[in-house]
Amino acid sequence: MHLDGKIPGGPLPQKWERRKLDYALVSPANRRKYTVLVVGTGLAGASAAATLGELGYRVECVFFHDSPRRAHSIAAQGGINAAKNYQNDGDSVQRLFQDTIKGGDYRAREGNVYRLAEVSLRIIDQCVAQGVPFAREYGGKLANRSFGGAQVSRTFYARGQTGQQLLLGAYQSLLRQVQAGTVRLSPRTEMLDLVVAHGRARGIVARDLVTGEIRTFVADAVVLATGGYGNAYFLSTYARNSNATAIWRAHRRGAYFANPCFTQIHPTCIPVSGEHQSKLTLMSESLRNDGRIWVPLRAGDKRSPEQIPEAERDYYLERRYPSYGNLSPRDVASRAAKAVCDEGRGVGPSGLGVYLDFADAIRRLGADVITERYGNLFDMYAEITGEDPYRAPMRIYPAIHYTMGGLWVDYDLMSTIDGLFVVGEANFSDHGANRLGASALMQGLADGYFIVPLAVGSYLARAKPPAIDGAHPAFEEARKDTAARIERLLLVRGKRTAASFHRELGRLLWDTCGMSRNRKGLERALTQIPELREKFYRELLVPGQGESLNRELETAGRVADYFELGELTCRDALHREESCGGHFREEYQTPDGEALRDDEHFAYVAAWQWREGEPPILHKEPLVFEAAPPMQRSYK
Amino acid sequence: MRLALEVWRQRSPETPGRFVRYETTEASPDMSLLELLDVVNEGLVRKGEEPIAFDSDCREGICGTCGFMVNGLAHGPLQGAAACQVYLRNFRDGETLWIEPFRAKAFPLLKDLVLNRSALDRIIAAGGYVTVNTGNAPEANTSTIRKDCAEQAMDAAACIACGACVAACPNASAALFTGAKITHLGNLPEGQPERGRRALRMVRAAAAEGFGHCTFAGECETACPKSIPLQVITQMNHDYLAARLSGEGRAQPRHIEPGTPKRHR
Repeated sequence: MHLDGKIPGGPLPQKWERRKLDYALVSPANRRKYTVLVVGTGLAGASAAATLGELGYRVECVFFHDSPRRAHSIAAQGGINAAKNYQNDGDSVQRLFQDTIKGGDYRAREGNVYRLAEVSLRIIDQCVAQGVPFAREYGGKLANRSFGGAQVSRTFYARGQTGQQLLLGAYQSLLRQVQAGTVRLSPRTEMLDLVVAHGRARGIVARDLVTGEIRTFVADAVVLATGGYGNAYFLSTYARNSNATAIWRAHRRGAYFANPCFTQIHPTCIPVSGEHQSKLTLMSESLRNDGRIWVPLRAGDKRSPEQIPEAERDYYLERRYPSYGNLSPRDVASRAAKAVCDEGRGVGPSGLGVYLDFADAIRRLGADVITERYGNLFDMYAEITGEDPYRAPMRIYPAIHYTMGGLWVDYDLMSTIDGLFVVGEANFSDHGANRLGASALMQGLADGYFIVPLAVGSYLARAKPPAIDGAHPAFEEARKDTAARIERLLLVRGKRTAASFHRELGRLLWDTCGMSRNRKGLERALTQIPELREKFYRELLVPGQGESLNRELETAGRVADYFELGELTCRDALHREESCGGHFREEYQTPDGEALRDDEHFAYVAAWQWREGEPPILHKEPLVFEAAPPMQRSYK
Repeated sequence: MRLALEVWRQRSPETPGRFVRYETTEASPDMSLLELLDVVNEGLVRKGEEPIAFDSDCREGICGTCGFMVNGLAHGPLQGAAACQVYLRNFRDGETLWIEPFRAKAFPLLKDLVLNRSALDRIIAAGGYVTVNTGNAPEANTSTIRKDCAEQAMDAAACIACGACVAACPNASAALFTGAKITHLGNLPEGQPERGRRALRMVRAAAAEGFGHCTFAGECETACPKSIPLQVITQMNHDYLAARLSGEGRAQPRHIEPGTPKRHR
């Protein structure tokens, strides 16, 4: 199948305007005749559901949390980018576009990224109007900070809780629509399958997590806003319940999965402390505005940090990347941390850690200013590690944080299944092979507030999906499939918990398809993952029944999907014989250890088509660069 | 470390619950309390028993999903921390921890430590927002907000809706939660047009959900993992009273039946 991104013609600044004019409209009186199903209530889902409700569509909103406000967007700390140029430091839509394309290592679509940069302006307006308490200057105007991969200050923030405040803005708008009767919420309800009838997405099958009831939801269009798949790696900065089942099930029903190997490893997380650790905690990238990253110059130096004199420290980011320094992009900073730890210069009990030191900043600005900027992050660090970051440097290490890959979508955010839209982190998005800090919030809200509501309307106006009800055979079949999968998990009755398999899979993925990858490791993963999956179906133990609240059953279902997704991730990483962004193949690097792209052979989006019992088929969407010609990405 | 847990187990809302004792030997000071529950649960599952049901998600104190009483204190012994942020180094070796759900009429129990806290969503739905459709917003820097107002709004907006304030309150009042949202939006220019209406509707919604009234016991402020100050309740009472006294919410035009003759002057 030919993959058409449906990017409008004309010069970049006119593409989105043109597309909006092309969109067909549904008249206000007719909108309430259409039901749009939104799965997930993070930034993208909540903003999409609220906006669709405001427009007058009937919106069904399904999510597995107990409240829409719990979605993991809430945990985003540092900020949201927008090309407002309030700091008069040379920012513009064009520059945000260029930074994002370059930051993504030339593996994103120009048209999408330009639109994202354009829409960023309106997001800030909308959020301020909702009462999002962004940081302010004394004159009452909005404040900005800097983030990685940019030389301008364009990041808006609400202390270290920007994601929380943006999500609450969207959540409050969503609940206003609930009160108005346009949106209906189904909390504690997890999507387990997509229903496709006559070639169109027409609804989902979901499990009520309290009663265990298998329910079907019928709709005229489906919007997935279910987040990324980083939890396949077990230890990550994702929330415990973030999972990939919704997008994976949609993939199995025909939605192509794009660039799964583009995973983001965040350089500043609290290092792993023990075997029982359940998740990793991020320390916001904003800390790198004032913190300096270093390790001892000499391998095996076990002195405590204050005993190491200035001359025996290696501020390796400042040394290797003088123009961006500690604000080098995430992929670059993570790899540099791994490199110094591999040389035996890592710090902390495990040797897997580097220092993030605020001593200079505290001397320069005073502890009060640091508290005002980062107080909650310092507290969080102290709670988790029992150490005081005002006195001793923080120890940090990279961890899985975000996935740039996801379901393939065209310019209108529609997947390869008609009527199935995918927004936010769940789609393969606008970040190419590496996302810049503070751009996830921007993309989620751009998709949800400003793009998908128009695209869905146009789809409905043109497709006019015929009436259908839950008795249609497609619903019956999907419901039976789901029940059979649950039954299968319950009936194994082995002796191992789902979590123990998840941990094992996660370690394998981290070792072979983590910060750096090579052919041998990926081939090993591709033989071991199917073996582990077989073992899972022989030895799994899920106590209790399906007809009640059963967390073990939920976990088992998610882990079952991670096996397949993990395998596809490794397959994609193996096929992409180049290094770009977060995908670093050891075989392909420059003499000084930087990622070596191969634009001649790999300047495309890899979109995989699922086949039952057979290897997936690879489809390629070529990437064309006109406004931002690819060059070697340098932060030196 | 050796820690014993006495955990509230209750299969369903209808069946009676009880404390069940679990002895653990695998605890270590760097482990979080929820990770200890994970370990206990893995042990239970391996024995084919049903694990302890408890809610948690982000495990960094921001999503508000987790929460239960530990030795009678909401979220455990630490000021300004949610249950997921409590590490075992805060307990003594050999200690027994009594773990039970947040208890309030408006938070029906579903299973073990898992509650239905949708009542808090309904309070927000009643008025905890600014009415502004997508696309309606003016340029962001046209509104000027004094820094201290923005900071106070942010202090209140930090609420994570965990329900600890309700659980700690002798009246099971949601005043700290409701007051936090009223204070957040009431401190910003964007929140002014609906300020009175918001206070009236949210306070009434809280009462209708079965939350008690506030008698300023102050337990909520201590229990709050985000240390939301008690002043938000004063702000709520102020906005509510101001709205009542100014006749807000009663300003509808009188309905006149068609055909009604003119009143005699």
